[in-house]
Amino acid sequence: MSEMLNIALPKGRLGEKVYDMFEKAGFECPSIREGGRKLIFENAEAGVRYFWVKPSDVAIYVARGAADIGVAGKDILLEYAPDVYELLDMELGKCRMAVAAPKGFCDDLRRPLKVATKFETIAKRYYASIGRDIDIIHLNGSIEIAPILGLSDVIVDIVETGKTLVENDLCVVEEILPISARLIANKANFKFKQQAIRRLSDSLQEQINNRTEVQA
Amino acid sequence: MDTYVMSREELVSYQLRTLYSRYGYSQYKMSKFEEYDLYVRNKNFLVSDNVITFTDHSGRLLALKPDVTLSIVKSGRDVPGKVSRIYYNENVYRTAPGSRDFREITQIGLECIGELDTYLVSEVLTLAAKSLKRAGQYISFFQSPDYVLELSHLDVVSCLLDSLTVNDEVKAELLSCIGEKNVHDLARICRESSVDEARASALQTLVTTYGTPDEVLPVLSSLAEENETLREAVDELTRTVEALSDEVRRNVRIDFSLLNDMTYYSGIVFRGYIKGIPDGVLSGGRYDRLMRKMDRTSDAIGFAVYLDRLAGYYTTAPGEAFDAVLLYDDATAPPEVSEWVAKRVEKGERAVAVRDLPGNWHYKEVIDMRGGKGNE
Repeated sequence: MSEMLNIALPKGRLGEKVYDMFEKAGFECPSIREGGRKLIFENAEAGVRYFWVKPSDVAIYVARGAADIGVAGKDILLEYAPDVYELLDMELGKCRMAVAAPKGFCDDLRRPLKVATKFETIAKRYYASIGRDIDIIHLNGSIEIAPILGLSDVIVDIVETGKTLVENDLCVVEEILPISARLIANKANFKFKQQAIRRLSDSLQEQINNRTEVQA
Repeated sequence: MDTYVMSREELVSYQLRTLYSRYGYSQYKMSKFEEYDLYVRNKNFLVSDNVITFTDHSGRLLALKPDVTLSIVKSGRDVPGKVSRIYYNENVYRTAPGSRDFREITQIGLECIGELDTYLVSEVLTLAAKSLKRAGQYISFFQSPDYVLELSHLDVVSCLLDSLTVNDEVKAELLSCIGEKNVHDLARICRESSVDEARASALQTLVTTYGTPDEVLPVLSSLAEENETLREAVDELTRTVEALSDEVRRNVRIDFSLLNDMTYYSGIVFRGYIKGIPDGVLSGGRYDRLMRKMDRTSDAIGFAVYLDRLAGYYTTAPGEAFDAVLLYDDATAPPEVSEWVAKRVEKGERAVAVRDLPGNWHYKEVIDMRGGKGNE
């Protein structure tokens, strides 16, 4: 019997879209669609085991080898730099990492810029690249209110539609980089399950190509 | 050798030392401390750059050793025509990646220093493969372990990168894409820095080509047709692989996503994986550049086995294990019991006499002398 391929999926809408693509690639596991609170689903016939995890944890499961492969946002990969292979751009969950500030914001270059963010590494790297001295404030959520309350001058965060920003009177002042979901693989497990992973990633690549053709 | 007394790690470490010693390597012992200066000058060579330091009575700054190779290089002398074969088994002090706590790690490894030829390189690779096999034998019970010796040649990568007319920042980005097998970002960066198509596609081929030597070497040869340096690197890789035994070659995978720091390493580098362990457990390569930095003229190749990464994955049978168990009761004559135990122990077995056999014990043989039945 060939071995199980362990796949960590991010809980939520993105994860469901990803599963659809995996299913089309021949790695189906019907029980996953039944819903409920179960987190692990297995289909011995297709040789797959799926589990739902918090999106920001996918990279941890993969880096530590609990999952062979998974799908994680480029933001997480840049922020935590897990030692994994990044095999594919899934071109799903597209958004941007951006600097946002209250309308009419003007950077005072005489003092360090106060930056509130969940993504410390990305923010630090970006401001180092443009040579701006910053004072970083790590927050875990509701970043948007930091500038309103005077906690920070700007925020560095993920912007999808920009609706949350508008509702909090903020606007994008600088785009740092585009973000999308990536297929990642554990480096060691990749060596031993190369065939299955290659088969999957080739089929996903084909689906992505077809999708872009339809859109074009 | 009483294997019951040793833990799996001790057993593996003993077997590896025996292996290295049989191949003519001699042990290098070092003191726990080294001058901090040695590590500061070669910070990037170290796996983690946190070093435990303290001052001695004369005010010298010392460090608890985080690495053994640097000390071996520092203490050795170049003698023309002489090859030194050295192995070590030492405790080193490092912080684990992603943590700030120091840990004591048992590291075992070897170095081959001198004028290196194809045979010597293949000898080190063979010993790396054998080390993986030995270290992996307790991971899966009753099965010969599955291991992979991943092989790369840094000159192949650096030669393709150097042919590009892009700045160092872009080169570093491309390098990290190669390490991640990230073809999509690699293609994007090439487009953005207007790298010409032929060179961009050569880089992509490099990232997507991995597997057995038979699969990879022909593709590489076709890439190398016009490039002299690349040609040499591919030839060296081919010669080295050909010098390996069939068994070792079966477990070799060529993969250029394997990148060691190019300020220290050059040429052949390798990493070892054992099935069931989510991290590489062996890492090594040619470090001629480190030798030059430390004013040595010899070439050098070596590797280290990370026994600490293995330790958590050794399967140990629950309960106790014995060669022989004797069952007795009130009707059994005590002298017979003690004679049996003494005889077995004398033979070098682990033997025990009990009235009841616990359910979780493992044994090769059980002898029942209950009810006064005679000795065997």
